[in-house]
Amino acid sequence: MADASYPDELLYHADHDWARIDGDVATFGITWFAQDALGEVVFFDPPAVGSTVTKDESYAEVESVKAVSDVIAPLSGEIIEVNAELGDAPEGINDDPYEAGWMVKVKLSDPSQIEQLLDQSAYVASLT
Amino acid sequence: MSAVDQTVVAYERPPADASSATPMQRERAVTIFEKGQEGRRAFEAPALDVPEVEGLIPASARRAEPARLPNVSEPELVRHYVRLSRRNFDLDSGFYPLGSCTMKHNPRLHERVTALSGHARLHPLQDPKRAQGALELMYNLERSLGEVAGLPHVCLQPSAGSHGELAGLLVTRAYHEARGDHRTKVLAPDTAHGTNPATVTIAGYEVVPVKTSPDGGVDVEDLRAKADSQVACLMLTNPNTLGVFDPNIEEIAKIVHGVEATLYNDGANLNAVMGISRPGDMGFDIVHYNLHKSFTQPHGGGGPGSGPIAVSDRIAPYLPVPVIQKLADGTFDLTSTPTDGPGSKTIGKLRGFQGNYGCFVRSYAYICSLGGPGLQDASETAVLNANYLLARLQELVGDRLPLAFGERCMHEFVLSGTVMKREVGIRILDLAKRLLDHGFHPPTVYFPLLVDEALLIEPTETETKETLDAFAEAVADIIREAEEDPSIAQSAPYTTPVRRLDEATAAKRPVLRQPL
Amino acid sequence: MSRYTAVTDTDRAAMLDAIGVGSLEEIFEAQIPAGVRLQGGLDLPDGLPEQDVYAHLLELSKKNTSAEDEITFLGAGMYDHYIPAAIDMLLGRSEFLTPYTPYQPEVSQGGLQVMFEYQTAICELTGLDVSNASVYEGPSAVAAAGYLAKLASPKRPRYLVSGALHPDSRQTLETLSVGYGTEVVEIPLKDGVTDVDALRELLADGGDQVSAVIFQQPNFLGAIEDVQAISDLAHEQGALSICQADPIALGVLEAPGNQGVDVCVGEGQALGNRLDFGGPSFGFFAATNAHIRRMPGRIAGETTDADGRRGFVLTLQTREQHIRREKATSNICTSQALNALAGVVYLSWLGRDGLVELGELLIQRTHYARETLTAIEGVTALHGQPVVREFAISLPDGVDVGEVIALAQDRGVNPGFDLGRVRDDWKGGLLVALTEQRSRSDIDRLAEVLDESIRAYQGGERSPLGRSGSTQEVAA
Repeated sequence: MADASYPDELLYHADHDWARIDGDVATFGITWFAQDALGEVVFFDPPAVGSTVTKDESYAEVESVKAVSDVIAPLSGEIIEVNAELGDAPEGINDDPYEAGWMVKVKLSDPSQIEQLLDQSAYVASLT
Repeated sequence: MSAVDQTVVAYERPPADASSATPMQRERAVTIFEKGQEGRRAFEAPALDVPEVEGLIPASARRAEPARLPNVSEPELVRHYVRLSRRNFDLDSGFYPLGSCTMKHNPRLHERVTALSGHARLHPLQDPKRAQGALELMYNLERSLGEVAGLPHVCLQPSAGSHGELAGLLVTRAYHEARGDHRTKVLAPDTAHGTNPATVTIAGYEVVPVKTSPDGGVDVEDLRAKADSQVACLMLTNPNTLGVFDPNIEEIAKIVHGVEATLYNDGANLNAVMGISRPGDMGFDIVHYNLHKSFTQPHGGGGPGSGPIAVSDRIAPYLPVPVIQKLADGTFDLTSTPTDGPGSKTIGKLRGFQGNYGCFVRSYAYICSLGGPGLQDASETAVLNANYLLARLQELVGDRLPLAFGERCMHEFVLSGTVMKREVGIRILDLAKRLLDHGFHPPTVYFPLLVDEALLIEPTETETKETLDAFAEAVADIIREAEEDPSIAQSAPYTTPVRRLDEATAAKRPVLRQPL
Repeated sequence: MSRYTAVTDTDRAAMLDAIGVGSLEEIFEAQIPAGVRLQGGLDLPDGLPEQDVYAHLLELSKKNTSAEDEITFLGAGMYDHYIPAAIDMLLGRSEFLTPYTPYQPEVSQGGLQVMFEYQTAICELTGLDVSNASVYEGPSAVAAAGYLAKLASPKRPRYLVSGALHPDSRQTLETLSVGYGTEVVEIPLKDGVTDVDALRELLADGGDQVSAVIFQQPNFLGAIEDVQAISDLAHEQGALSICQADPIALGVLEAPGNQGVDVCVGEGQALGNRLDFGGPSFGFFAATNAHIRRMPGRIAGETTDADGRRGFVLTLQTREQHIRREKATSNICTSQALNALAGVVYLSWLGRDGLVELGELLIQRTHYARETLTAIEGVTALHGQPVVREFAISLPDGVDVGEVIALAQDRGVNPGFDLGRVRDDWKGGLLVALTEQRSRSDIDRLAEVLDESIRAYQGGERSPLGRSGSTQEVAA
């Protein structure tokens, strides 16, 4: 499992989710802290492409051997792509939470919500 | 300073590494499907003694390929399963202090009487008039269980504790609906066993957790705030999974009845209070028994069990059917359409037939053996043993494994491994795995969820003081060993048929059957 | 102190001293409010020595007429198959009998491997991808399958249920539907089997409300259903096909999984388990891979240990109540491990060929029995469908089946189940079941006694014990 890291270029949600913004599309995943708390991920249940997600609400479930955790959407929008690789290799969420472990891509319905997210330093501060 | 008194008698430590595999470890696991040869068999079919007729079953309904079952001789079959059995730890061979599971001795008498053909080969649909012994037994068992719970009406049908919970919530629902009262919520403390919230959902209610107070009981103010006219029931385990008898049980009953909800007792911990305090007298309307716990069914590696429920008069009409009735002439009847009394406004059936009769025979034999005084003695001794083991462990390792709540306990207690994890460097899981090398089954770990690094210990009344002492010393020795070298416990066990198993891969890429 | 406890007065004194109290009463007083302490103990008799308890239980057993005491053709869900002696021995072994659920897999490899083998056997029998490690018993397994369908299609509140589903399964599903928020609608029968045309009509109107079509193979009347046709109709409307099957019959009938069934469940008693007046036994539960994460109950899986050895664990536990709590796929907490062990040992004892031979023998003897009984004057087949091990007949008009059963039992033969006990339109019907323990001479004796009992009834004779069935229901 990789060492703790929280990339500068991402924005964060207090429920331990990150978002990478690219115009009106954002990629979501869970942070190093979240995957570490969960332990070895054994299953990721992605939402359907085309479904909508709402900021601060659960859009997927991620499972370790003895725990199930809701994954919270940092922003609202419509799912345009899910990371199918995680179906066979959910360990990507542990090994590389910010690249191989990305979960969904979302077309944002309200980009102004971005302002409510935390930057790297604010998120890291929230962890202590 | 070491957590452990070094003057404790020398304890012979089990191997602390896996350098030489045990004979059982060297034996690769091979399933019965990988054994045998075509042509071998254990079964010989009776001769065809009627004229053979072709084409009785249309070809479209016939099986194209036979089920690929093993082809083994009887000796091969017997040896396979006997060898497999030896890869299990069991209660007859050693101490099994699994909290909230009540692993008390299973008298062999029970197996003998259950196997009598009049019980074992009795068909469930036999005419009640030709099953009078079975019905009398069930009737007597109902009366006895009712007396233990302090509630007048018993239904034996549910198959397990969780099934009893479901029965309890469905009769609760029927009771409210009959009054035209459509309620939506069920309260359950955050210490509740997972079956409670799961049952609530299946019974069509929403679960609302109630907080636990610092003394380990229900947070009465939180309960008061949440008890409203939408609450159908409070499900409570008393004593609870922390081993705490709720000091406010009378007040709790008052609050629950004040909003006309039912009070349900998860009887998982009945072994603490038989003959000492009765759920009915505490104000419970419904209680389920785990016959496989308090009334000693062998657990069979996970089942069967039996989870009868007892209810108060107001709930009785809704009980599942069939019900047993004692008729005026002293004979017994089994009916699905009682015209009055228990079951007269029934919720229906929860399973096939009358329930797990084989379990009833065993528990009835147990009650006959112990009688009222013996049941009380069982609970008293269970509480004595638990408090003694608690005292021994606190004396030896109290600074590493403190009691999570309170000072004393009922029949079980929860220690917290938080300090041990921080100071010694081993987790409760490591302690549990190292106990396996010492020849003990570990207590329940990581439950209740409320306690960090929880270790839930229930010794039961059937263990000797010597066993309790040996267990306490083994725990102390593991901590002493870990103070020197935590890696030993962290990689334990070393002596079991297999060592720690990769549960993550099992869940990630499930292999759930032998590939053929 | 009873014979099952071991604390002597000396022990007690030392233990109380270690606890730091003067008496056990202090411990209770400190914890249990005085108002709820039981005064004066339980109102139950004193305990008895082991030999006296044995004598009492023996006496009770003798008041029952078991399958050892009469020639019985009673089935209707549980069957008097021979149980090989090896099963008694293996189930009596402490190592299988007395452990708990395998929470510590390192010391539970025996039980876990048994589960794995059992799952393999059930997958083979049913032709489905995945089996759990067993559930309580048959009818509640049907209700659990209904819950799986509800989880798969939360917006479809209706089950279409064959009129020839076991009445206990039907009633259990109805009881639980109150909590599920679902409803049960019956599919009528035609000549003893599910009426496929009626099913088509029920699906044509409101099929999008149906989560599952639920039926039994062979059905409650012993008849073989057209499993493929029922499954196809269900799938056309996006509903699941759920089949309750007799595992013995699956030795010769096509595996439901090969006929479009999504979930196959059933009563496992016939596989090496005793009658025990109805339990404990086990329910089997198998499904296609699509439903793996909606399965109830325990599931064992294969893995490796720290040194790379093959081993087994409980797996996919995030489905279960101890983790997912109110969102669990079921509230079930255990499997029927010991009964399932009997099941897999029984199937291994029969073996690949033996299971088929057993099925073929039953088909032939059942046919012979049907022919023989319907040759009795006034006795007709209730339906003409192919059957494996159970069939339904109608007794002559005006003959009370319960009275005839009682008269036959007085003559040492239990002819079967009074179908009028479950449905008014089956009044006059008798359900007759075979196992390999009922030989041709037993069948001939049945025919003789049934004939004689019918004539006796018509001649005004009544059993001194009264009509078979609940006394109260007779009065009503």
